[in-house]
Amino acid sequence: MSVKLTVNGVTSDLEVDPAMPLLWVIRDHLLLTGTKFGCGMALCGACTVHIDGVATRSCVLPVSAAQGKQVTTIEGLATPAAKAVQSAWIALDVPQCGYCQSGQIMSASALLTGNPKPSDADIDGAMAGNICRCATYVRIRHAIHEAAAGLPAATMAHG
Amino acid sequence: MYFRHFEHAAPSPAAATELTRRQFLKVTGVAGTGLTLGLLVPGVAAAAGGGAPIGSFAMPFVHIAPDNTVTVICKHLEAGQGVWTGLPAIVAEELDAAWSQMRVVNAPAQVPQYGNLAMGGQIQLTGGSTAVANSWQQLREAGATARAMLVRAAAKTWKVPANDITVSEGVVSHGKRTATFGQLAHAAAQQPVPAQVQLKDPANFRIIGNDKLPRLDSRAKSTGKQQFGIDVRLPGMMTAVVMRPPRFGGKVTSFDASKAKAVAGVVDVVQIPRGVAVVGRDMWSAKQGREALQVTWDESGAEKRGTDALMKEYRAMGAGKEAVTVTKSGDADAALAQAGKRVEGEFEFPYLAHAPMEPLTAVCRLSPDACEVWAGSQFQTVDQANIAAAVGLKPAQVSINTLAAGGTFGRRATPDSDYLSEVASIAKATGGKYPVRLIWTREDDVTGGRYRPMNYHRVAAALGKDGKVAWRQRIVGQSIVGGTAFAAMMIKDGVDPTAVGGSAAEQYDLTDVHVSWTEAKVGVPVLWWRSVENTHMAYSKEVIIDELAQAAGQDPVAFRLALLQKHPRHVGALKLVAEKAGWDKPFAGGAGRGRGVAVHESFGTVVAQVAEVTVTGDKITVDRVVCAVDCGVAVTPDVIRAQMQSAIGYGLSAALMGKITLTDGHVDQTNFHQYQVLRMPDMPRLIEVHIVPSANAPSGVGEPGLPPIAPAVANAVRAATGVRLRTLPFDLAAARRA
Repeated sequence: MSVKLTVNGVTSDLEVDPAMPLLWVIRDHLLLTGTKFGCGMALCGACTVHIDGVATRSCVLPVSAAQGKQVTTIEGLATPAAKAVQSAWIALDVPQCGYCQSGQIMSASALLTGNPKPSDADIDGAMAGNICRCATYVRIRHAIHEAAAGLPAATMAHG
Repeated sequence: MYFRHFEHAAPSPAAATELTRRQFLKVTGVAGTGLTLGLLVPGVAAAAGGGAPIGSFAMPFVHIAPDNTVTVICKHLEAGQGVWTGLPAIVAEELDAAWSQMRVVNAPAQVPQYGNLAMGGQIQLTGGSTAVANSWQQLREAGATARAMLVRAAAKTWKVPANDITVSEGVVSHGKRTATFGQLAHAAAQQPVPAQVQLKDPANFRIIGNDKLPRLDSRAKSTGKQQFGIDVRLPGMMTAVVMRPPRFGGKVTSFDASKAKAVAGVVDVVQIPRGVAVVGRDMWSAKQGREALQVTWDESGAEKRGTDALMKEYRAMGAGKEAVTVTKSGDADAALAQAGKRVEGEFEFPYLAHAPMEPLTAVCRLSPDACEVWAGSQFQTVDQANIAAAVGLKPAQVSINTLAAGGTFGRRATPDSDYLSEVASIAKATGGKYPVRLIWTREDDVTGGRYRPMNYHRVAAALGKDGKVAWRQRIVGQSIVGGTAFAAMMIKDGVDPTAVGGSAAEQYDLTDVHVSWTEAKVGVPVLWWRSVENTHMAYSKEVIIDELAQAAGQDPVAFRLALLQKHPRHVGALKLVAEKAGWDKPFAGGAGRGRGVAVHESFGTVVAQVAEVTVTGDKITVDRVVCAVDCGVAVTPDVIRAQMQSAIGYGLSAALMGKITLTDGHVDQTNFHQYQVLRMPDMPRLIEVHIVPSANAPSGVGEPGLPPIAPAVANAVRAATGVRLRTLPFDLAAARRA
């Protein structure tokens, strides 16, 4: 069965099961491997992508539900908020094993896009769904504040 | 993993030389194929990526390319602990390279060239927090050797004395003449290898100890570009998942693959020694196929006990006589009978899954005379042997491409190479007709065993009138190395050091001591879990010592210091953490606030921590952790800080919520909704790490930050509430009732 999917601005027609989770379409069929498999139950956040700008767990979302929408993966991140987040991540040496960090960055950049100056409580709320077993949480929090400090306060939602 | 116990297995220098010579012959044979022409330097490594380009300087641990990049060949697995930064830092220092020109690649699986010197040099493996410690001298020499050859090349080219040449930031200079490493690489490769090199005076270090040396992997890991085992894609590759026995020790009786094969995309269903593999054209089809697979299991030899029943047995064993002695000196029984201040405790520790974020994954390509594997391999030499056995080849016919691992915490270092044996078995069972990628789902991981062993401790300690502490402790738990290839090397006098090391007898000045161990035989497979036996041994030790201090009416830090006169590094770490935490000042507490301290040495590194907590109802919040670490020379201080933060978080996860339980032999938890792990809101907002200045050779930092955190928090909770936490994970409501 054919599915029409737009990822990082590129639209593809794919012969896949419409029930296949978006994660496996992205990884196994579009060969974009920056988005990670961690739990398969939307419990860990490693598979986070943006769908029309909203942080979404791709491991439980049937690919059919993403048709007609803009899917963005770590490879396609380009917003000012996302760039600020990635710069802060690198500057503060946030990653350790690095496996969860694509998902962390997708969640953090979605947070900053909607809320350019998040409080610690805002960060707890937005990031609680992303597990890091290396427990890089202290640096993730620091990097989100650093990225926010470099962004204009009036960043438009989904801008 | 533990390394102290391997020391006696070190090969004689003669044997090492012989192996090096044979290795040399083998490697120069490779060079003769033209892949690495012009690199006729002994011991050239066929590094990942197919060797160095023509015109390069190539030594076993250092390649310098004409493009002026310096690539360090890393023999250790990067699993987050920072070896891709720490090991290049050592080379760069002695080479006087610029940090910006440093690169890193993983070494091939090849001993003794890339053997772990802390484990005798004949096994390539990462564990026991040994990466920097065993590489320290080796990589300093490698860097200094390369530097000497670059200098000789410049001296010869410029016809000037070598002694007049200087090297700084990757530039070789004589007066106004300068050359980059890249420009000199080819000429340097023609120089004889110096027999001896001068190492730097540590006073002149500028990279080692640099407080903010950027990690070499941060960019790739912040842009989705870092490749892990799960990301490997080979032409024609298929994906496999395995149906394993529902109880540990179960075996396949028969299976019906008809429904599985009817799933679109499923290409094969094959039996392997550990279960039944379903192979599909992608992960989704393989997983759907497995759900449709029907397997009948023979559970006659399976473990059918649950953890409640097991702990009941452990308690009985803990009270029984049958045990082996771990440490005995003086007369603990008599001292305990006479002493005035006495503290006792029974402690219970659950099974714990490692749950690295990248579930176990590997790719295998098999041909009649070669097997190539891609994985976050942690035990390369052991893995080679196990893969070879699975496919019926010789270990030398197995090549391993070690990739970054998405965490391990010990999970990828299995003596039987479980997941690698599986992927090799699947390749064998499918006749090598396609490369195969094996993925464990999170459910496979959480229910898959190889846990930190469940443990029971029974401790009695007392403070005599002379100020001496008597200590009696029984530990009941499974052996980690028993029944594995490591048993002969590591078990001595019936004691598995990975079950019972790091006791109070080793870590404090005690005279009347009796520590004993009763091995439990259980069919649940267990494994080393970040800091291994120290995860539980440090806990009962530091909690009981703290309660003794309280019983004696003494300050917990002062009480410990008095018992540490033969342990100067414990004293240094403890004093530093007390100073930085403001221990001598009254704690700004208030209702429900408390602070606690703990100190523990593991893997040659001493860590002391002060935890500050707030208890609200039955909820424990860790507000602040101050940490002091003595790991010898601090090679990469920011990586050390990161590892302390990481181990504190990983240890808190276990202390506050981690547990694997079994009911009638079935694991109760399947995924992160049941096997709870620490998340952002649970992480202390403040973690301060202080490094004890030291000129000692470096020791590890991946594990030693973990053992003190749980007891420091427990001691803080007791200070705040008076409640003693004897069972992990902490359940304050249950502890109040006890």
